Amino acid sequence: MNPSLIHRTRREFLTTSASGLGGIALGSMLSDDGVLNAASVADPSAFLEATGHGEAKAKACIFIFMEGAPSQLDLFTPKPKLNELHGQSLPKSILDKARFAFIQPETATLMGSPRTWKKHGQSGMEFSDLLPHLGTCADDLLMVRSLHSEEFNHHPGQLLMQCGVSRFGMPSMGSWINYGLGSASRNLPGYVVLNAGRGGSGGSTLWTSGFLSTKYAGVSFRNQGEPVLNLKNPKGLSPEMQRAGLDALRDLNQARYQEVHDPEIASRIASYELANRMQTAAPELVDLSGESKATLDMYGVDRPEPPGDDFRGTLPGLRTYDTFARNCLLARRMVERGVRFINIIHASWDQHSELDKNLAYNAGAVDQPIAALIKDLKQRGLLDSTMVVWGSEFGRTPLGENRPGRNSNTGRDHHPNAFTMLMAGGGLKGGHIYGATDEIGWFSTENPVHINDLQATILHQFGLDHLKLTYRFQGRDFRLTDVGGKVVHDWIA
Amino acid sequence: MGAFSFRYFPVLFVLWTAGTISRGAEVDFERDIRPILAEKCTLCHGPDETKAGLRLTGIDHATKVLESGLRGIVPGEPEASEVMHRVRASDPEEIMPPPDKGEPLTEEESAKLEGWIASGAVWPKHWAYAGLSSPPVPSLAGNPVDAFVLDRLGKEGIEPSPDADDITLIRRFFYDLAGLPPTLEQLATYRTAIGTNREVGLTKLADDLLEGSAFGERWGRHWLDRARYADSDGFEKDNHRPDAWRYRDWVIDAINADMPFDQFTIEQFAGDLLENATLDQVLATAFHRQTLTNTEGGVDKEQWRVAAVMDRVETMGAVWMGLTLTCARCHTHKYDEITHAEYYQLFSYLNNGDETSAKVRESDEAWARYEDTLAAHTEAGKTLEATLAAARSELNDRLGEWEARLAGWLAEATAVVEPVLAPITVEGFGAPKGVQFSLEKDRSVLVGGTNVPTATYTITAKLPAGKISGLRLEVLPDPSLPENGPGRAQHGNFVLNRMELSVKGYPRNPIILGDAAADYAQEGWAVSGLLDDNTRAGKDGTGWAVGGGIGKAHHADIGFAEPIEITTPTEFSLQLIQNYGEQHSIGRFRLSAMMTPTSLVVPGPVRLALASPADQRTPDMRTTIQRHVERLDAKTWPLLAQQTAHAARRPLAPEMDVRVIAERRSDRRKTHIFKRGEFKELLDEVQPATLSVLPPIRHRGEQGDRLDLARWLVGGENPLPPRVIANDVWAQLFGTGLVPTPDDFGVRGDRPSHPELLEWLAGELVSNGWSRKSLIRTIVLSKTYRQASDHRPELLDRDPKNILLARQNRFRVEAEIIRDLSLAASGLLSSKVGGPSVFPPIPAGVADVNYNSAFKWNLSEGEDRYRRGLYTYFKRTAPHPGLITFDCPDSNVTTLQRARSNTPLAALITLNSESFVETAQALARRVLAEKSLADDTARIEHAFRLCLSREPEPAERERLASLLEDSRAWYRDRAAEAAELAGEKLPAGLSANEAAAWTSTVRVLLNLDEFLTRG
Repeated sequence: MNPSLIHRTRREFLTTSASGLGGIALGSMLSDDGVLNAASVADPSAFLEATGHGEAKAKACIFIFMEGAPSQLDLFTPKPKLNELHGQSLPKSILDKARFAFIQPETATLMGSPRTWKKHGQSGMEFSDLLPHLGTCADDLLMVRSLHSEEFNHHPGQLLMQCGVSRFGMPSMGSWINYGLGSASRNLPGYVVLNAGRGGSGGSTLWTSGFLSTKYAGVSFRNQGEPVLNLKNPKGLSPEMQRAGLDALRDLNQARYQEVHDPEIASRIASYELANRMQTAAPELVDLSGESKATLDMYGVDRPEPPGDDFRGTLPGLRTYDTFARNCLLARRMVERGVRFINIIHASWDQHSELDKNLAYNAGAVDQPIAALIKDLKQRGLLDSTMVVWGSEFGRTPLGENRPGRNSNTGRDHHPNAFTMLMAGGGLKGGHIYGATDEIGWFSTENPVHINDLQATILHQFGLDHLKLTYRFQGRDFRLTDVGGKVVHDWIA
Repeated sequence: MGAFSFRYFPVLFVLWTAGTISRGAEVDFERDIRPILAEKCTLCHGPDETKAGLRLTGIDHATKVLESGLRGIVPGEPEASEVMHRVRASDPEEIMPPPDKGEPLTEEESAKLEGWIASGAVWPKHWAYAGLSSPPVPSLAGNPVDAFVLDRLGKEGIEPSPDADDITLIRRFFYDLAGLPPTLEQLATYRTAIGTNREVGLTKLADDLLEGSAFGERWGRHWLDRARYADSDGFEKDNHRPDAWRYRDWVIDAINADMPFDQFTIEQFAGDLLENATLDQVLATAFHRQTLTNTEGGVDKEQWRVAAVMDRVETMGAVWMGLTLTCARCHTHKYDEITHAEYYQLFSYLNNGDETSAKVRESDEAWARYEDTLAAHTEAGKTLEATLAAARSELNDRLGEWEARLAGWLAEATAVVEPVLAPITVEGFGAPKGVQFSLEKDRSVLVGGTNVPTATYTITAKLPAGKISGLRLEVLPDPSLPENGPGRAQHGNFVLNRMELSVKGYPRNPIILGDAAADYAQEGWAVSGLLDDNTRAGKDGTGWAVGGGIGKAHHADIGFAEPIEITTPTEFSLQLIQNYGEQHSIGRFRLSAMMTPTSLVVPGPVRLALASPADQRTPDMRTTIQRHVERLDAKTWPLLAQQTAHAARRPLAPEMDVRVIAERRSDRRKTHIFKRGEFKELLDEVQPATLSVLPPIRHRGEQGDRLDLARWLVGGENPLPPRVIANDVWAQLFGTGLVPTPDDFGVRGDRPSHPELLEWLAGELVSNGWSRKSLIRTIVLSKTYRQASDHRPELLDRDPKNILLARQNRFRVEAEIIRDLSLAASGLLSSKVGGPSVFPPIPAGVADVNYNSAFKWNLSEGEDRYRRGLYTYFKRTAPHPGLITFDCPDSNVTTLQRARSNTPLAALITLNSESFVETAQALARRVLAEKSLADDTARIEHAFRLCLSREPEPAERERLASLLEDSRAWYRDRAAEAAELAGEKLPAGLSANEAAAWTSTVRVLLNLDEFLTRG
C-alpha cells in the first residue's frame, strides 16, 4: 500500500470527531489533491480498489439538466413516419401498456413535428432547426437516443437521474464523485449548482449529499447578487476588518485547541479560512470582465430575451437567456479553477401545451451557450478532461396531448420509454450516434440504456468503479447506481 | 442459543470498533460467516426458498437431514458437512453456488467456513433480537451508569477523566437539556448551589432544566427529526401545510409532560383507535401525515398512497427498532431476518389508515375569546328576535291589506294576453380574470376567453322607465361554444345557481324575487333552484341547467316580489352565480325587462295559499303568506335585514383542520406482497403479522390493527424499542450512541460498545414506566456524563474515538441551537413556545426562486423574528440555509442521526448572515448599555461571560481588546461604514462608531468554537 495514503488515512482518522465518519476534519474541502474519503478510513483498501481500476479520463463534469423533459421528437430524432401518421390513433397494443399524465388514451392521436431537420458533421447527426449551434458541434457529440427510465413523474424521475434512485435521501452524482475524489480546488467547493430561469421543481433534493456529509452537497451559485449565500461581508465591514476579526477568531480558537486538544477546532479554523478565501475566489470567478468580447459574444452573454411573453421556460422579469449564457461561461471558469462537478439547471421543458412556442424559447436559450461551451473547452484543451452532459429526466410522447377542455393538441405528455441525451468530452466518442427508436419513437429498438448505465459510465470516466464506490448506511453498502448500472463501453473513445 | 450471551463482546469490541487494533485469528460468525451465507447461499437456501431441503438461517435448520439424507452442517465435523463438500467441489454439477448463480467461494472464505464448522458452528442469535436481559450492575457504589463504564475502564487500566469544571458542567447541562446558554443569574445560582453541595446542586440543576419548557423544545426537535416533520408537502408543488405545526406543538407538549414513551408511541401511532380517543390523541396521529404528498399532474394516487404507507412502515422500523426494512420491499433482506412477506405483513397494519383531517381548536386563548364574543352575539340576537316578534304581531293587523294587494297583482297578470318585453343593453360585464365578452348585434352577450371552472358574471345595465315586474334571461346557442352551447361546459351545458339584482337608489337591495319559470329545464335542475340560497358546487347545489336541450335557445322569466316603478331609466347590477364547476357557465345570453304584469311576482307556494279562501287555509298556508309579506312590509323587512346581517356576523369558531390518520372501517383494503415492490404487481395476500425473529404480537380482534402494532412495539417484550430509545437518549448526551449506528441494530450494524450498560439502560427505561426524563436524569447525574471533555493525547492511539468513555465528548451543536445560542447571548431571543412556524430573515433568492411561484417568505415581525430555530418554517424543496447548512435533515425521510459537518458555507452563515449580524449588533448594544461596567476591559469581560459563561484569560481579553482598538481606529473616520455596521435604531447616546467597533468585536465571540460547541 502506498505509504502516503496510509499516512493520510491515519491523519484523518485521528481528526475524526466523536460524530463518526461524517465529521472528518481536514477532508476534501481543504485539500488540493483530492484526498481519501470516509470509505478509506473504515477500510483503506476499498478506496484503492475504487479508484485503482482504471485511468481517469474525466476530471470534471458539467451536467446540463433540462428540467421537465424536452421533446426528443422535435430536437434530435426526426420521425417522418410520425408526420405521416399525424392525427391517427396509436395501436391498442401500445396504448394498453402506456401511462399518461394528461392524455386521454381513447381519443389520443399521434402528433407530427413541424420542425425541419439538417444533418451535421461527419456522422450526419440530425438536429432540428431549433438547434443550429449545437449542430456545429456534432463531431464532438455523442448522441444517445435510447435512454429509458421507469419513473413517470417529474420529481421521482429527476431523483433517479441525479441520485440514481427515485427515493429521497440518496446522495446526488456530484456528491458521490466528490466523496470519491475530493475537491481539486483550494478556494472553491467541489460541486456547484447553477440555475437559470424559474428554478427546478425538485429544488435542493437534486443536489443533496443524502447520507454523505454535507460537505459533499452541491453549493448553489446564484445569478444575482452574491454568487454564494452570505459571501458578502456584513454592510459596513471591510475586507480588512473581516480579516482582523478572523485573525482574532483564529488566535482564540487556537488557544482553545491548546487547552482541550480537540482536532475539530483545527478543522473549524480551516473552514473559516477557506470561507475567507472563497470570499475572494468566488467573486473573482463570477467576474467576467476579464473575458474577451469575442468570448462573451460566443456564449451570448447580455443577449436580450426574445419577444413574446408567458413562456414556460422563464418568469416575468427574469433574463433567462443572458443568465443561461453566463452559467455556461461560469462553468468553464469553474472547470479551470478545479471545480469537479457543475450542474447547470434550466426549467421548465414540461410542454404539455404550446410546445412549438415554448420549445423554441427554451432551445433558443440553451443552444448557443452550450455550443460555445463545448467549443471553448475544446480550444482551451479542456474538453478531453471535461465531460459535458445534456439531458433530462425523460422525454415526450409521440402522441399529442388532448387534455379535456382543449380544442386542439399543442403539446406532448411524459415519455420515459425512450428519450435522447447528448454528451461530449471526458474521453467519450465524438460524432457518434448510439441507440435507435422505432419509427414513431415510442420504444427503443436498439441498445436501450438505463439511467443507471449512464451513471456507471460517467463514474467510469472519472476512474471510479460504480460497484466499488460505496458507503455503508443503515447496514447496507449504497452506491450511486443502486442495484443496477452497466458501463457502456461503446461510448468510450 | 437461547439466552443472550455477552461472551463474545470483549473480543468483538476490539475487533469492530478500534480499527487500529489488528484482527484476531478466531472466526467470528457475524464478521466472517454471515456475509458469506448472505451473499452466496441464502437466495436459494433461505427463508424464501429451501432448495434440497437446506435452509441456512439458523443452526437448527442448517443441521437438519436433507432430502439427500446428508446434513448441510454438522457442528465440529467439516468433513461430514455437505456444505463444505459443495463449496469446494470442482464438478460444475456439484459446486455451490452453481456457476450461473454466482462466483464460487474464495479459498479464504471456504477456510473460514471450515474453521467455523470445525470450532462447533456457533450460530448466535443476533444480540439485538434477543430478549432484554438484566445484567448485574458491577459492584461499584453510586450510579449504575458509572459502575458499568468505570468497571470497563478499570479492566482496561484507564483512569476516567475528572469532573468538568463547574462552569463547563453547568453549560453542558444547559446546552443538552435546554439548548440555551445559562443567563448570568442562572449561572451564579447554580455555581453557588454546586459549591455548597455538589450532588444536591447538580440534581437541582438537572431537575430545573427538565421541568423548563425549553426542554420540550430541545428534545422535541430530536423526535421531529425522526418524524420527518416539515411545513410543506414536498415534491414538485411542495404546497404549504398550514396545520403541520400542530403536530410539532403536540410533540413539545408531550415531551415537556414527560408522557411515558409507550403512551407517546401509541398515541402517535394509533391514537385514533384508542377508546374514547381525545382530540389530542387523534391529533397525535399526524405523525403518520408527515409523509410527503405528490400533487403533480398525472400522478397515480394509489402509487403515492402506497409510497406513503411504505414510508410509514420503514419509519417505524427505523425509529422504534433501528431496522432498515426498505430492502424487504422488494426481496427478503439479505442479512437481517426480515422476509419479503413480513414486510407486507407489517404494511397491512398500516394499509387501512386513511388520510383525513380532524378539527381542533386553534388555541385555548382564541377559543376563550370566541366563547365570549359568541355569548355577546347570542344576547344581541335575542334582543333582535324580540323586536321582530313585536313587529310581526303588529303586522297581523295589516295582513288583510297585503293579501288584497297580492291578489290584485295576480289579477292584473291574468289579464295580460301578450307580455311586453323591453330590451336591455348590457353596459358592463365583470367575470373572473381571462374571461372575455362581446356584445353582439342582437344585444346578446357572447362569452369567450379563458374557460374558468366556476364564474360569477356581474352585469351592469339600465332598467327602462315604467312598472317592471321581472326580468327575462335568454340563453342562446353559438357556434363558438362547445356543442354550440348555450353553456361553456364540455357538453354545452351550464348551471345558474342564483341571481342577485340590485337597483340603484332602491331602498331594499338585493331585490326580492318572486317566482321563476323557464321554457325548459334539465331534470333535477328546475329554474326555481336559482331562487334559493344554495350555491354549492357540483351536485350539492341547486340551480337551472338545460341538459337535454343543448344547442338550442332557452329562456327563464324571473318575477320581482314587488313590481319596480321608476320614472327614468335606472342603473342596476345583476350577478349570475355559477358555482357548479367544470366550466358550467353561460356562453351567450340576453336580458329584457318584463313590462306587463306577471304572476311570477308572487312565489308559487304563496299563490297556492292565496287561492284558498281565507277561512279554509291551513296553518302552514297562513305562515307561508305571512313569511312572504314580512319580507315586503316596510315595518318588518328592515328588521329581517338586520337579523340576516346579525347572523352573518356570528363569530367563527377558531378551529383548524389538522391532517391525521383514521382507520378505514368499510371496504377495507387487502394487502398483497408486491413483486419487487411494484404496487401493481400483486403476489400472495398476507395478513397482519410481525417479524418472526421478534416476540409475537397479540391482536385484540380477529384482525390486527395499528393499535396492536403500537402496543407490540412498546409492550415491553419487544427488546428493540427500549434498546433503540435508550441508545438515542445516550447519543444525545454523549454525541454518539453506545451503538454507534443508531439507525442499524441489524446484523450489519455496529455492536454496542458497552452491551451491559445498554441492557441496563433499556431495562431501566421500561421499569421506570418509560420515563425519558427519568432516564436522562440518571445519565446526566452520572460521573461518566460529568467528566471533562478535554481530549487526552495519551489515549489517542488506544481509543481515538473515545469508545471507552474515558472523557466526555465535545461536539458542535445542531443548526437550530446555533441560532438559539446566538439569539440568547445577544438578548434577542423570544421565549414564546409553540404556534405557527415563523419566517426569520433569509438570504434573497432562496425561498422566492422556487418552482411554486405562489409561495412567499413573508418575513416575520416583532418577536417572531427572533424565535428559536425549531420554529423556522421548513419548506422541503427550499429549506432555510441556516438550518440545512448545519446538517438539519431535509425531512424527506426519517433521520436518526444528524451529521456534524464543518464547512466554509456554515462559517459564512455565522460570520455574515443577516440574523447573525443582528445578534452581534444586539450583543454590542447590550454590553454598552450596561452602565455598571466601568471600562472596555469590564465590557469585554461581560460580553465574554454572556457568551461563554466564564471569565476570559488575560491573553484572551487582550486579544479582544486589541481587535476592539483596531476596529475603533478603522471606524474613526468612516461614519458611513460605522452607521451600516452599527445597524438601525441605535439607542440615544450611543455613537455609531462605538457601536460598530463593538459589533465587529463581539461578533468573534459568537463564532468561537467554544460557543458553538457543547463542551
